Amino acid sequence: MIKTTAQKIYVALIFIFLYAPIFTLMVLSFNASKTRSKWGGFTIKWYKQLFQNEEIMEALWNTLLIAFLSALIATIIGTITCLAFNYLKKSNRAILLGMANIPMLNAEIVTGISLMLLFISLGIKFGFMTILLAHITFNIPYVILSVLPRMKQLNPSTYEAALDLGCNQWQAFFKVTFPDLLPGILSGFLMAFTMSLDDFVITHFTKGPGIDTLSTKIYTEVKKGIKPEMYSLSTIIFVAVLVLLLLVNYTPKDKKNK
Amino acid sequence: MNKKLLSAPFLFWSGLFIIVPLLMVFYYGLTDKTGAFTFENIAAISSPEHLKALWEAVKLSVLSTIICLILAYPLAMILCKSGSNKTSFMVLIFILPMWMNFLLRTFAWLTLLEKTGVINTLLKLVGLPTLNIINTPGAIVLGMVYNFLPFMVLPIYNVLIKIDKNVINAARDLGANPFQTFMKITLPLSVPGIISGITMVFVPALTTFIISTILGGSKILLIGNVIEQEFTQTGNWHLGSGLSIVLMMFIIFNMVISAVTDKDGEAQAL
Amino acid sequence: MKKALVNLEHISKSYDGQLILDDLNLYIRENEFLTLLGPSGCGKTTTLRILGGFETPDAGKVYFDGVDITHLQPNKRQLNTVFQKYALFTHMNIAENIAFGLKIKNKSKAYIDDKIKYALKLVNLDGYEKRMPDSLSGGQQQRIAIARAIVNEPKLLLLDEPLGALDLKLRQDMQYELIRLKNELGITFIYVTHDQEEALTMSDTIVVMNQGYIQQIGTPEMIYNEPENAFVADFIGESNIISATMIQDRLVEILGTKFACVDEGFGNNTPVDVVIRPEDVELVDLADANAKYIIEGTVTHVIFKGVHYEMEVMANGFEWLVHSTGMFPVGTKVGIHVDPFNIQIMNKPESEDEEAVGVNE
Repeated sequence: MIKTTAQKIYVALIFIFLYAPIFTLMVLSFNASKTRSKWGGFTIKWYKQLFQNEEIMEALWNTLLIAFLSALIATIIGTITCLAFNYLKKSNRAILLGMANIPMLNAEIVTGISLMLLFISLGIKFGFMTILLAHITFNIPYVILSVLPRMKQLNPSTYEAALDLGCNQWQAFFKVTFPDLLPGILSGFLMAFTMSLDDFVITHFTKGPGIDTLSTKIYTEVKKGIKPEMYSLSTIIFVAVLVLLLLVNYTPKDKKNK
Repeated sequence: MNKKLLSAPFLFWSGLFIIVPLLMVFYYGLTDKTGAFTFENIAAISSPEHLKALWEAVKLSVLSTIICLILAYPLAMILCKSGSNKTSFMVLIFILPMWMNFLLRTFAWLTLLEKTGVINTLLKLVGLPTLNIINTPGAIVLGMVYNFLPFMVLPIYNVLIKIDKNVINAARDLGANPFQTFMKITLPLSVPGIISGITMVFVPALTTFIISTILGGSKILLIGNVIEQEFTQTGNWHLGSGLSIVLMMFIIFNMVISAVTDKDGEAQAL
Repeated sequence: MKKALVNLEHISKSYDGQLILDDLNLYIRENEFLTLLGPSGCGKTTTLRILGGFETPDAGKVYFDGVDITHLQPNKRQLNTVFQKYALFTHMNIAENIAFGLKIKNKSKAYIDDKIKYALKLVNLDGYEKRMPDSLSGGQQQRIAIARAIVNEPKLLLLDEPLGALDLKLRQDMQYELIRLKNELGITFIYVTHDQEEALTMSDTIVVMNQGYIQQIGTPEMIYNEPENAFVADFIGESNIISATMIQDRLVEILGTKFACVDEGFGNNTPVDVVIRPEDVELVDLADANAKYIIEGTVTHVIFKGVHYEMEVMANGFEWLVHSTGMFPVGTKVGIHVDPFNIQIMNKPESEDEEAVGVNE
């Protein structure tokens, strides 16, 4: 429990600071006036038009598909990397962690231009594929950093116990090790998905003409004026995620705890 | 099966998509259009316009980092002391906003900060002088603090929450008052979190071009803007790479510091 | 009798509506080694934290040297604590850890250096000044935690399960070490543990606690030989606890057979519990014509325990636990004899709930 009133006020102010822009966007999504600086009355027409706007729908589809695929592939690569971790020499572990840290600590703009230079010299056509490769690259570290702590906590005896009780290596892995790692894997996947969804800079440098994600679409609109449909789309996404999070966090926990 | 081989896909991937691209930046940065070796692209940082952009970026990012630290530390302490539903609350506060596109969120500050924007309308309503910070460095700092504050709070929180309550109690038991306990125990023990937070805020703030584009109008150019333009508009990749190498010097310096102070990785933010 | 250093009067404390301590009264004499003993959740650690100043009781007063310190901040109290898992400051070396309290009090450098040397010598770790806590073993860290506390010359040292994290052998060594330290320092120790053997080995006085109540206060011998109720008897060592009827003074009927005992004043035909320690149950060979015994039984289990054999003997429908250096094989018919002074009579709790009845001094 937060003790003093001063502390409560402080947390509340930060909360307002973080959520004021989000609230603003939500309000704008119901604004009948097309300019964002004037309130022209309440309307839901942007929500209706949103689904007829093919450009936005396509950008949304690209965004979600890239986020899902890049998170999935990054999760697979990241998880098997963590499995190897315990068998590596100390120096090799340091190298591995160092590699994973580069995209996390490096500037996005440098990661973006470096990948751009790579794709150009490899002669890969810029488009969906290049964005996907780039997103997988910056997503793997998030998965590793989320799975590795659970890997370190893992009691090696449980895996050996499974072998002792008659499992083969694969059964032991899928019945014992994998369920233990699952929370880390899931949160890694979710983190990767979120990062991909929110990325602009790296996509900006690795996308080709003719393909847009929501981020790059918004970027081109920043100068011309953002279409109100964009506000309604982000409101829908935000509310959907909020509801989902609240459901996950506040439904009574399943006692079985798989 | 040799289990070490499981790390092969990652090593291959990182080699191809992290190491090789970085080497290419160095290659481009250290050559001219004919492919001859040159330091010119790096030396170009000393031209007045580049130096100004770099100086502006350093100034604003240092300022934002300091503001983030000042805002985040008390917040992390309060969150540490507060109730049981910590993790879900932290997620709610800091991860949730990421699901609303970061360009849009930054853009929303325009609506809030404009001359006739929401905040000024409110200020006028209560008879206070209006705020005129849009298209100024102030607006960029605000945008940086807004976007990167979570990266300061989370590592500090992660370090604070792991401090054994009895260590704090022990200091009190040995005669330290709450202020002495904070200065001699809590603060030194949270240094890895602070350093990690500084790295996580300073690097993206230093290198951003999007926040300055949206909130700074086109008047203020940061080093990130210059590099972005070299790649997407001017098309001088050599110069862009050269300037990126300069930028990476800052980043490497930062990485070294954080690696030295946080050996166990206990302050990892995420 | 020495005067009381600490007085706890009518202390109550609850968390989230759950009563942890209920009207606890306790005094601690100067220079005493007093142990708070009980299972987890019995209130022993809360009692210690109230003494240390890390908790404030909901009701009641704490007196230290006659002064009310109930609401005094921990840093103002003339006592020090050795914490569970040591709580060393990992960002300071050993010397800085030990000097912490003295620097806060602005002692001179020469004084502090002297004290560090003295304290390290006392805990047998001379020369460890520059080491970092992480580089020390658990037992060594434990000694540093003690050194860090005692350089402040507290009148009272609180120890919260300090040996809990150590392995058995080290724990036993540290027990002797603690007794030696206490004798050399001549100060009062209050020691919290759930390990009854530890309590019996080290203490002058043991306070057995359960569910927020004091069950019994006494010397280790008293607690072991004359437990006041079934909880204490069961918690301290192994024992046979049997429902019985006090026929009259000095005569108790156990499992339908009358036994002579030495207790008086329970009234006639009163239901009671009796405690008989396993080592006080004597087994005799029925074949021996001179054998003296009260009831007959059959050996059902035998386990060799090193110092003795542990046997279970079925007699009068009860499995008697017996410790003896002599062994009878399983299936042997044996006679059971108990000397009258080895039968400990206890009042029965009035209901199941009242097993944890408050015992005021």
